[in-house]
Amino acid sequence: MSQAARLAETIKERLVPFPRDHFLSATDLNPPAALALCDLADAFVDLSRSDQKTLDLMRGRTVVNLFFENSTRTSASFEIAARRLGADVTALSPRTSSVAKGETLIDTAATLNAMKPDVLVIRHAAAGAADLLSQKVGCAVINAGDGRHEHPTQALLDLVTLRRAFGDVGGLTVAICGDIAHSRVARSNVALLSMMGARVRLIGPPTLVPGDADRWGCEVFHDMREGLAGVDVVMMLRLQLERMDGALAPSTREYFRFWGLDREKLAWAAPGAKVMHPGPMNRGVEIDSDVADDPAVSLIQDQVEMGVAARMAVLAALSERRGGAA
Amino acid sequence: MTALAFINARLLDPASDYDGPGAVLVEDGRIVDVAHGVSTAPDGVEIIDAVGLCLAPGLIDIRVRTGEPGHEPKETLKSAALAAAAGGVTTIVVQPDTDPAVDDPAMIDFIQRRGAALNLVNVRAAGAATKALGGERMAEIGLMDEAGALYFTDGDHVIANSRTLMRVMSYATAFNALIACRPADPWLAEGATAASGELATRLGLSGAPAVAERIGLERDLALVEQTGVRFLVDQISTEGALETLARARARGLEVAASVSINHLCFNELDIGHYRTFFRLDPPLRAESDRQALVEAVRDGVIDVITSAHTPAPAEDKRRPFAEAAPGAVGLETLLPAALSLHHEHGLDLLDVLRPLTHGPAALLGLEAGALTPGAPADLILFDPAAPVVIDADALRSKSKNTPFDGRRLQGRIQATFVGGRRVFMT
Repeated sequence: MSQAARLAETIKERLVPFPRDHFLSATDLNPPAALALCDLADAFVDLSRSDQKTLDLMRGRTVVNLFFENSTRTSASFEIAARRLGADVTALSPRTSSVAKGETLIDTAATLNAMKPDVLVIRHAAAGAADLLSQKVGCAVINAGDGRHEHPTQALLDLVTLRRAFGDVGGLTVAICGDIAHSRVARSNVALLSMMGARVRLIGPPTLVPGDADRWGCEVFHDMREGLAGVDVVMMLRLQLERMDGALAPSTREYFRFWGLDREKLAWAAPGAKVMHPGPMNRGVEIDSDVADDPAVSLIQDQVEMGVAARMAVLAALSERRGGAA
Repeated sequence: MTALAFINARLLDPASDYDGPGAVLVEDGRIVDVAHGVSTAPDGVEIIDAVGLCLAPGLIDIRVRTGEPGHEPKETLKSAALAAAAGGVTTIVVQPDTDPAVDDPAMIDFIQRRGAALNLVNVRAAGAATKALGGERMAEIGLMDEAGALYFTDGDHVIANSRTLMRVMSYATAFNALIACRPADPWLAEGATAASGELATRLGLSGAPAVAERIGLERDLALVEQTGVRFLVDQISTEGALETLARARARGLEVAASVSINHLCFNELDIGHYRTFFRLDPPLRAESDRQALVEAVRDGVIDVITSAHTPAPAEDKRRPFAEAAPGAVGLETLLPAALSLHHEHGLDLLDVLRPLTHGPAALLGLEAGALTPGAPADLILFDPAAPVVIDADALRSKSKNTPFDGRRLQGRIQATFVGGRRVFMT
C-alpha cells in the first residue's frame, strides 16, 4: 500500500460523526469527541504536509463562508480546509452585499438556505449570531467567532497544538493573559481546556478581566509574576489598541511593562513553558518579538498550521454526520 | 554623621499614644532610641536640651499645591519647601494639578528630583488619576506608582463620568494604589462660590448646596464598594457627608477621610463682606458643619488633616468674590491652627497631632510620622502654648493668601529636623 493510501485509510478510520448538528460553542464537544477530532486533525496535518494534500471527503458539498467581520486568517484557514477536503467554497463578504442594504441576519439566512449549502461558516460581531443562524437554516453551522462570546475552532486548534507539544493536556496549567473581558478566544479555551482536565488561570488588569471570571472555574490574577508562577503554557491574547489609550488601560507602554510577555516574565513560568497567541500579534504591546519568534518556546506558527488541520477535522466530521461526500 | 540627643522634652507620639517626658537619640538621620521618662543621653553626642518644649514627629501634609511647573510666580517647590520647614511640615505631597499635569512617570520623577535637590523637607508627589486631569482617560497609574507616586487624584476636578471613575478604581487595585476623590456632584457644585444658605443668598453669591457633597460621596463610595479600591475621601466639609461616611464604615467599608484645616477653623460667616481670602473650594460651610468636623477629628473619624495649601497671588485674590481664585496657603499656619482644636475645643494634643503625622503616614505607607527606633528623624520641637500673631507678609510662601492674617493663635515651631538635619529654627 502506498503512503498516500495508508494516510487515506487512517483518516477514514479516525473519521467519526460530529457530536452535534452545529459547532457553535466549545461546549458542543465532549472529551472523547474532542480527542477523536484531535486524532483526525493529526492525520490531516500529515496530509497537508504530503504532496497529495487533498482528499475527496466532501466532494460535491458546498461550504459558504459568511464573514460579517473583517478576517483574513480565519476565513483563509476555513477556505483552505474546505478545499483540501474537496468541497466547493463560496465566500460572501456582506459589506458589499444586501446586508449593507439593510437586510437582517435572518433574511440573509433564509436566502442562503434556499441555495442549499451544506456548511455555513459565520463570523459576526454580535454574540449569539451563529446560534440564531443555526435555528434558521438546514445546514451545519460553524461559529467562526460571535462577538466576545465564542470561537470554538480556535479552542480546538489550540488543543491540537498543545496535545502535539505536550502529549496530554490533562494536568497542564495554562495561563490565558490579556483582554479576557472582550475575548471569545478566552471563553472557548476556558471551556475546552477545563473540559480536557487542564488548570486554567486568567491574568490581566482588573479592567480587562471580568469580575466574576473566578466563577468560571479559573484562578484570576492581576499580577503576571504571581499568575505565571509554574505555568506550562502562556496563552497571550490580542489587544484592541483603541482600548489601550486610557479607556481600559492607560497606555501601550504601561500595558507592556506590567502585562506584556517578554523574556523576563516568561522566566517566571515553569521551565520549558510554551507560548501561544491566536494572532494577529501586536508586537511590543502584548508580546515581545524576542519571545514570539523563538521556535524553542513559541507555538504560534504551529497554531496556524493546526488551524487548517483542526478545521478540516470539524468540516469532515460535520459532513460525516450528514452522510459524507455527495 | 554625628549622633544627636533630644533631652528634657515632652514627647508626643500619636503612633504609640505616648505623651510624657523622655529622650530621643538620633543617628545617621534615623531615630535609634526612644526612652520614655528618661532625660539622659550617652556620652559624645550633640545634646539638644528641649526643656519646656514638645518633641513630635514632623507634620505630613498630603495636599500641597505649588506652581511648579507652569505657574512659578505663585509658588515654587523651593518656596513651598521653605514654608513647610518653617511650619514644621517635614513631608509634603505635591498635587498633580500643575501645568503640565503630573500624569506620567517622568513628571513624578521631576517633582521628586527637584524636591530632593532642595535639601529641605521631603517632597513627594501625587499622580493624576486621569490624563491631564481631564476626567476621561486613565493616567499611567502603574508606571507612576513605580516611579514613587504616593496616591492618585484629580485634585479639585471631579471625575464626573462614573464609568471612567469605576475603571480608574478597578485598575488601581492591580497596584494596591490609593485613589483620592473630592466628593461633589459636579453639576450641583458647578459655578458655586460659597456654601448655599442665607448668607450666600444675602450676598448674592451662587451657592453650592451641602447635599452636592453627600451625593458625590454616595456615588464614590458605591464604586469603592464595587471595586475594592483603597480610597481617601478628600476634603470632606459637611456634616451630611460625615453621616454618609459613617454609614458606609458601619457596613464594613474601609475608607480614609481627610479634612482641610480651614474647614476646622472657619465657617461661612468668616466670608464677612466679600473677603476673598476666605473664598475656598469646597466653600466654607455652616458653623454646624465645622463643629461636626471638629468632633470627627476628636472621635478619630478623620484620618488626615491637610493644609490644602493653595497659593494664589494678590492679583488673583483682589477681585470681586466670585472672580477671585479659590484657596488659601496653609503650610506655615498648619500647626498653630490645628492647635486651636486643643486650646479652644479641648482635644487631646495626641488627637490633634495624629491626623497630621501618623494618620497620613499609615495611609501612604511612609516610615515617618512616629517616634520609633528606625523611623527617619523627621522631628519638630514646638511650644504648644506660645502666642503667635499670624502676619501674611512674613510668610515664606510666594503667595500670601492666608485667611489667618492677623489671627492670634497659640503654638510656635522652635525647630524642624528632616533626617536628623535642622532645616528650620526660630
